[in-house]
Amino acid sequence: MTIQEAAKYTVERAMKSGADQADVYLESGRESTVTVRMGELETLKQATSKGLGLRVFTGNRLGFAYTSDFSKKSLKAFAKRTVEMAEEITSDPHNVLPDSTKKDAYPDLGLYDSKIAEIPIDWKIKTAKKMEETTFAYDKRIVNSSGASVYDGELEAVIANSLGIFHTYKTSSCTLVCSPIAEENGKKESNYWYTSKRFFEDLESAEEVAEKAAFRAIRMLNPTKPKTQVVPVVFDPQMAASFIGIIFYALNGESILKRSSFMVDKLNEKVASGKFTMIDDPLMKRGIGSQPIDDEGVPTNTKTVIDAGKLKYYFYNAYSAHKAGKKPTGNARRGYSSTPSVGAWNLYLKAGEMAPEEIIKSVDNGLYLTRTMGWGVNMVNGDISRGASGLWIENGELTHSIGEATIAGNLLGMLKNVSMVGNDLEFRSSRAAPTIKIDDVTVSGT
Amino acid sequence: MNAEKKDNSGLSRRDFLRHSATGAAMVMTAPPIAALMMQSKDALAKAVASSEAQLDKKTISKLLEIALSQGGEFSEVYIQYTINSSLQLEEERIRQANYGIVQGVGIRVLNGAQTGYGYSDDFSFDSLESAAKVAAFIANQPDSAKHPAKIVPRNYANVNPIGIYPDQVAVKQKTDLLYRANDVARSNDKRIIQVDASFADSVSMFTIANSEGLYTTDERVLFRMNVSVIAEENDRRERGYHGGGGRLGFNHFETLTPEILANEAVRQATVLLDAVDAPAGPNEVVLGNGWAGILLHEAIGHGLEADFNRKKTSLYTGRIGEKVASELCTVIDEGNIPNRRGSLTVDDEGTPTRKNVLIEDGILRSYMVDRLNGKLMNMELTGSGRRQSFKHYPMPRMTNTYMMPGESTPEEIISSVEKGFYAKSFGGGQVDISNGNFVFNVTEGYLIENGKVTAPVKGATLIGIGPEVLTKVVMVGNDFSLDQGIGNCGKNGQSVPVGVGQPHVKISEITVGGTAVAGASMTG
Repeated sequence: MTIQEAAKYTVERAMKSGADQADVYLESGRESTVTVRMGELETLKQATSKGLGLRVFTGNRLGFAYTSDFSKKSLKAFAKRTVEMAEEITSDPHNVLPDSTKKDAYPDLGLYDSKIAEIPIDWKIKTAKKMEETTFAYDKRIVNSSGASVYDGELEAVIANSLGIFHTYKTSSCTLVCSPIAEENGKKESNYWYTSKRFFEDLESAEEVAEKAAFRAIRMLNPTKPKTQVVPVVFDPQMAASFIGIIFYALNGESILKRSSFMVDKLNEKVASGKFTMIDDPLMKRGIGSQPIDDEGVPTNTKTVIDAGKLKYYFYNAYSAHKAGKKPTGNARRGYSSTPSVGAWNLYLKAGEMAPEEIIKSVDNGLYLTRTMGWGVNMVNGDISRGASGLWIENGELTHSIGEATIAGNLLGMLKNVSMVGNDLEFRSSRAAPTIKIDDVTVSGT
Repeated sequence: MNAEKKDNSGLSRRDFLRHSATGAAMVMTAPPIAALMMQSKDALAKAVASSEAQLDKKTISKLLEIALSQGGEFSEVYIQYTINSSLQLEEERIRQANYGIVQGVGIRVLNGAQTGYGYSDDFSFDSLESAAKVAAFIANQPDSAKHPAKIVPRNYANVNPIGIYPDQVAVKQKTDLLYRANDVARSNDKRIIQVDASFADSVSMFTIANSEGLYTTDERVLFRMNVSVIAEENDRRERGYHGGGGRLGFNHFETLTPEILANEAVRQATVLLDAVDAPAGPNEVVLGNGWAGILLHEAIGHGLEADFNRKKTSLYTGRIGEKVASELCTVIDEGNIPNRRGSLTVDDEGTPTRKNVLIEDGILRSYMVDRLNGKLMNMELTGSGRRQSFKHYPMPRMTNTYMMPGESTPEEIISSVEKGFYAKSFGGGQVDISNGNFVFNVTEGYLIENGKVTAPVKGATLIGIGPEVLTKVVMVGNDFSLDQGIGNCGKNGQSVPVGVGQPHVKISEITVGGTAVAGASMTG
């Protein structure tokens, strides 16, 4: 059986075993890793794997199970057992599949490059070595390495349900990562940089990645601990991208219904500065986060989530949409071993007009944030407190590096205090943002 | 380590490749509510036998041989069969039941500092042979290929004896626990607006064999129950959380009752409704007992894993025998404490776990050593080679990491502080191995004023530098406790269950990441 047949067969067996509705999400993939460290090949890993998750609804009771055993006999027994399992569960009227919104054709977003599978292993080893060599040549203070790696993989997914949805698609990706360690006065600083693309031809060069990684490690040497104070904080594009990811997470319709998000009761209200426009675009060509159909079979579309500061959407999968009396938003995400949650596709902050240098120049005394640590985000009330490192800004110039510090505030307050947005938006992953400045953030140190 | 289900990393699960190659960031998080098992020992053996998830010794020996065919020094076959199940209560009903099987074979070849790894979720010989060949490829001297030693079965006394196995429990018994937690939480305080409760168990059977003749099997059971509540008052909302479990029988929940879990979650959420801003800047800090041991896990634990020390990327490299902590500190990693979440009979390389003294009276004594690094560093194996699943190769990892008790009472410790911060409940933590910066997140804290615990304060991150913070441990309590069994540790994209523990501890100074800056007013 092909994986497509396995998905169809499992839905059929679930229905024959007594389910009212059923859906299958299946993934089959190949992964490969080559890691080099200190000039020597360190790790070679390669494998294929697969799995499918089956949801069944019987009398609005939900049963869920997953397996990687795709033999016909096993799938038949598996489907039957999943239906039986649902019978133990409380009935909930919101346990339904999304109404069929089947389209005849979905746009081809260019998510698969057949060249990825053909990358010769020698090229991978050579490229990883080249990255490491480039970091050592960049500065004599780069003395050690956590390694340089080339990852590549392909994934084929199938979404099938008893309402007639059947969609299958393939994606590919390749990632180069380099992790140098700089050392001075007996103190070490590690950092990394990467490039990750769906198409081989879109990858940045080994040299570019490595030089950026080395630059990022070197500039963090000899950190000092800042004074505790309330200052403007400039988020570099990585940190700004991570920030918008947290904001999106608070817009999950299910958290809103349960009043466990700081974004509750905020729809159509101004939640951020007028400079803040956040967009989720599932249809970006070759996008790392692109998908024409969500993981419950609902077509996806582009949404301006926060428009010049005004909140326009909460996000729903079939369950939470039914409960809220809304339509699913096409944001259902899942792996084969779990039921659908809600997630963004390519989420980005719309670029502003200022060059990042101008933003830094506008700060007399503040932090240029390049890294956060830890889990200190309270999604219920929006309080945030995280480990922070970066560079201190004095009179508009980046000066020395900063370590052993924290930043703290409340996310709603921080959104309103976004006072500048840069023009340096670049799509490196499925979250992207330009440099931003947020006023009045507490930095703790000495 | 984190006490909540959370994924705001910005990387979707779908991104097939993990962006985790930095090797620098180590995170402990609570597991997603997923893992649970459903079979007793006999039933499990039967389930394995009736599945295709088994290989006879002849096949295993053949695979070990193929894996060595390119001249590798060592080969290993790791077979996993796991049944996960879970139940979730939300809004006073059982929202869903989950069940899943994870099965497959991982094949590893070591050659000096090099690792070759292949795996397969398909037990056909062709697939397994191809995985073995992928692993073999790390070596490049087929002419000097060795034969593996004959495998000899060897098993060890189970560190985690199980009373009542998951499959001996009717689903209704589990859902009853969830409803009890729900009812207690909701009736306990009318400000509670949401109660989520979940119950998860998993049962696994592993076989580990290697080219040095090792052949051992290991059965692992893991239970866990969580309760999470939201309290609301005057448009302010706060979460409280409590959970627990371990490698033990269902009967554990007669002791760690749903009422205990629910009451504690309610207590935390309602206390926080009155919390004021946390202080910002350096403070004298008292850490509570139990789960606060996350301090040790982050501040020194990861830095003592052998891989970072062989690669000289840790701040503790080359410091065995040196003083790295105050003499009040004795820190242990012990994988064979019965029934703990971090406990194992053998590690994922088949090495029996044991008690490892990492720091004794402030002096660094030992690293945590897996097979690859043990050989290269000429160090004894410590039972620390662990992996997430058959899809991953092992790394040196922690098991249950704790600080031995001292002599002060918790009251003496609190009353010794004129002005400071008392950290009672904790979320997750993270460390940067190279510069030693580590954080951990306090979810319930209090001010200490004139030797008394006073106002509750909002959650805040604490940040320090590992080797420095342990030299600032100035009082150690006599009230040692291990955590309730909720931790997961992430390293290079691999997550494993772990435990921590400690008594009350006073640290003379650590930076608290609150918002209350002396003499400044906050906006927003």
